[in-house]
Amino acid sequence: MIGSEPDAVSGVEGRGTRHSAERMRSGERPMSADSVKRAGVTPDEAMPFAELGMKRDEYEKVKEILGRRPTGSELAIYSVMWSEHCSYKSSKVHLRQFATKAPKSEALLVGMGENAGVVDIGDGWAATFKIESHNHPSYVEPHQGAATGVGGIVRDIMSMGARPIAVMDALRFGGAHQPDTKRVLPGVVEGISSYGNCLGLPNIGGEVVFDPCYIGNPLVNALCVGLLRKDQIKLATAPGPGNKVVLFGASTGPDGIGGASVLASATFEDESQAKRPAVQVGDPFMEKLLIECCLELYAADVVVGIQDLGAAGVSCATTELAAKGTGGMHVDLNLVPLRDPSLRPEEILMSESQERMMAVVTPSDIPAFMAICEKWDVPAVVIGEVTDTGRLVMTWDGEVIVDIPPGTAADDGPVYERPYHEPVGQPALNADTPDRLERPDNLRAALLQLLGSPNLASKEWVTSQYDRYVRSNTVLAQPADAGMLRISEVMAGAEPTTRGIALATDGNGRYAKLDPYAGAQLALAEAYRNVAVTGAKPLAVTNCLNFGSPEDPEVMWQFAEAVRGLADACKILGVPVTGGNVSFYNQTGSTAIHPTPVVGVLGVIDDVAKRVPSGFTSEGLRVALLGETKAEFGGSEWAHVAHGHLGGLPPEADLVAEAALAAVLVEAGRRGLLQGSHDLSDGGLGIALAEACLAAGVGATVSASLTGDAFTDLFSESSARALVAVRPEAFDEFAALCARHEVPCYGLGVTGGTSLVVEGVFEVPLAELRETHEGTLPELLG
Amino acid sequence: MSAARVGIVTFPGTLDDQDAARAVRLAGAEAVPLWHADHDLNGVDAVFLPGGFSYGDYLRCGAISRFAPLMDELIPAALAGLPVLGTCNGFQILCEAHLLPGALTRNASLHYICRDQRLRVESDRTAWTHDFAAGQEIVLPVKHGEGRYVASDETLAELEADGRVVFRYLGNPNGSLNDIAGITNEAGNVVGLMPHPEHAVEDLVGAPSTDGRAFFTSILRKLVNS
Repeated sequence: MIGSEPDAVSGVEGRGTRHSAERMRSGERPMSADSVKRAGVTPDEAMPFAELGMKRDEYEKVKEILGRRPTGSELAIYSVMWSEHCSYKSSKVHLRQFATKAPKSEALLVGMGENAGVVDIGDGWAATFKIESHNHPSYVEPHQGAATGVGGIVRDIMSMGARPIAVMDALRFGGAHQPDTKRVLPGVVEGISSYGNCLGLPNIGGEVVFDPCYIGNPLVNALCVGLLRKDQIKLATAPGPGNKVVLFGASTGPDGIGGASVLASATFEDESQAKRPAVQVGDPFMEKLLIECCLELYAADVVVGIQDLGAAGVSCATTELAAKGTGGMHVDLNLVPLRDPSLRPEEILMSESQERMMAVVTPSDIPAFMAICEKWDVPAVVIGEVTDTGRLVMTWDGEVIVDIPPGTAADDGPVYERPYHEPVGQPALNADTPDRLERPDNLRAALLQLLGSPNLASKEWVTSQYDRYVRSNTVLAQPADAGMLRISEVMAGAEPTTRGIALATDGNGRYAKLDPYAGAQLALAEAYRNVAVTGAKPLAVTNCLNFGSPEDPEVMWQFAEAVRGLADACKILGVPVTGGNVSFYNQTGSTAIHPTPVVGVLGVIDDVAKRVPSGFTSEGLRVALLGETKAEFGGSEWAHVAHGHLGGLPPEADLVAEAALAAVLVEAGRRGLLQGSHDLSDGGLGIALAEACLAAGVGATVSASLTGDAFTDLFSESSARALVAVRPEAFDEFAALCARHEVPCYGLGVTGGTSLVVEGVFEVPLAELRETHEGTLPELLG
Repeated sequence: MSAARVGIVTFPGTLDDQDAARAVRLAGAEAVPLWHADHDLNGVDAVFLPGGFSYGDYLRCGAISRFAPLMDELIPAALAGLPVLGTCNGFQILCEAHLLPGALTRNASLHYICRDQRLRVESDRTAWTHDFAAGQEIVLPVKHGEGRYVASDETLAELEADGRVVFRYLGNPNGSLNDIAGITNEAGNVVGLMPHPEHAVEDLVGAPSTDGRAFFTSILRKLVNS
């Protein structure tokens, strides 16, 4: 299914025509809605397709499908269903690679195209997870934009038949010192906090990244994971003529109209426009009731098919359910419970009011279904019926206002092969390597400068506003490399299992700007590594692809390269993409954000009690670095912080080395050889050592003599590396394991003391590290 | 002897009920689900009002739940001596129900806060804190947006004089008056606190502490001895 994020729409074709919808608003209109009958006798009436973001040729295609002009309601449906956000019309041709290049995976139960992917995690359990953007609304209204982003992804997970069990958020804001960041960031965090906390879902990780490229286009990517029994998967389908269509949850209001399109700006007179915000308003309390209500409905086995209402609301739910079912549905729009009785059918169809679900229920189950909804104080109304006509028919005041083949809206949208080419400035960007940058004399000062920089500083100011404990299944949460949950206690009555799941999201816009192919692979590699360092085996991938305008061939090249890179990397690492979301038009004027593919990886650990904690957990452990260190500073945090430089090429994405590293970490975790671990990424070994020391307040003394250059040793961002802490008596066994997998293992030193000592280079007391690390965000944000 | 039965109340929007039930079970008691809309305490030996956002906290926290049918049964039972523990939203409901004095208001920081919080046990004379020692320092998580305890000067003086402050924050997270984290009624059977003992009972999950266990062993010992 699709999310609820609007696209910016650039089409201006056809503007200025007086169209029927406008006339309807201005008092010249007939009292009844634009009906199919009326459309038949007024074939030449101008329709506001351009204002709804539709191109002329797309409009002509609708006319061709219907054999007449569409009614206002039909136009509303096609315009939202064929929008970029809902139809993936610019990205589809590229996204196909996720299927054609998909690695063989026995774990994959439900792949792309459903509300969320589902993977088999063993012992009869399945996990479903997905990440989705809510970028544009979060810029317009940070609190509600971010809050409803959480709400939307949680409903996607619910609609698979799962209990949602945790959320994560990958966030990107403008420069930390830019004034608008102080407006957007606190609002976004508060929105996620108020909505997610009220739902009772632990927030177990994510990212907070600052870069001036996001100042006009912050990225709010929300991930949810849910758990279900393998045999309980629900799908969005409406089979069985005679079955009832039930709309339940919140009533439908004027909020979010124009969310997925632009109806509001062009079509409404001033007075009504004021009541129609494009950003939806969330009610987490209703969502919590919906979660418990849905789970009870599933347990009672009274649901044939189910779909959440996100972008395009009733339009999307009815067309998608009908298209995947018997093919026909009859809906009486007058039966939709309204918060604002003045809503017109076109508005009801486009409303993105939150906390709504649609279910297909057999007539004999309706009483039981309604009783459960009543128990949870969730309003529910039968608004229609499944038919075998192959048509989606809707009535309003007894007149037929929609009569379409549902698949034409849901599946047969336009597909674009957008032109693309390498950006004109790309060769110069890649030629401007960081070699010319002056290296620091004082590596101690360089470490502290990096550790206190906004991107590497502690994110506790943000994460302390999220409940990470609720439901008491959280084994690991921020600032651990990955979040981890036990699953045995999630649902009452289920058979026990020792298994757990781990999740991480990562992305690096600077890397992707320098090389979108490698950048997407590095994002996957980092998330994969973050899962592996906890001892969990990476299993499956979700992604949120944040880019500028697909109509810009240079942006489209970035997108095409990123998708190609990610698909190739998934094949090599053996982890399939199970779903995700594309967010285009993240640009202001002609300036796009850095291409930012954000990748989420889900892994499984056989025995959750054997999870490997983050960092140095006790004194007297051997510290080792796994993986090779090369002088790789293109796109690095050091180049960014010390010189404001972005150029050259990102680190090499060595996926074979990455897979070997993960194999070592998972096996070592299983054998109980690791007392702690931490992945190396932004800021390199120096930052990883500092964070590992701060995790439990245990110092370390190490010698860094890897490349012959202490600066490179400490700050290079070579991938496929991790730091581990091993009991001395287990070290030989661990080293042998590394040798067997051909993973380089360098003993660096031992844990202990109250300082981080890099022999012959510097010593920093933990207190100073902590003050530097933890002081930055509170100082910036208050 | 059959296991002690501790009722766990679920209101619409209650979140920590599963956690509360698990903590009760781990201590060896039977967790009995109680539904807000029922006029029935099901013969339980004690009641735990867990945290959450009942009715979305859209009105004053706990102000609607306080009028739930179940509360019509709970309030007289508590006044008659039934042991009752309220954490977070449960504490707020107990205050709204006037089983405990004072009120919980918006954190001084105006932010929700989730962190592992150090506390000092001030009273081991309540039904829920016998297994602690007065003066003991413990760690429990706090997670709330409206946990700032306020009361009139007279009430505060009375609570302090009567030894009814049960827990005090060491490093006040929310601006509570007198660093108050939890209080009890005059009889010592009703205890309310903002921190979450149910999230500190297992090594593998929750806070890095198992200090919450003593709440549940305390009440079991009391029930067995009474």
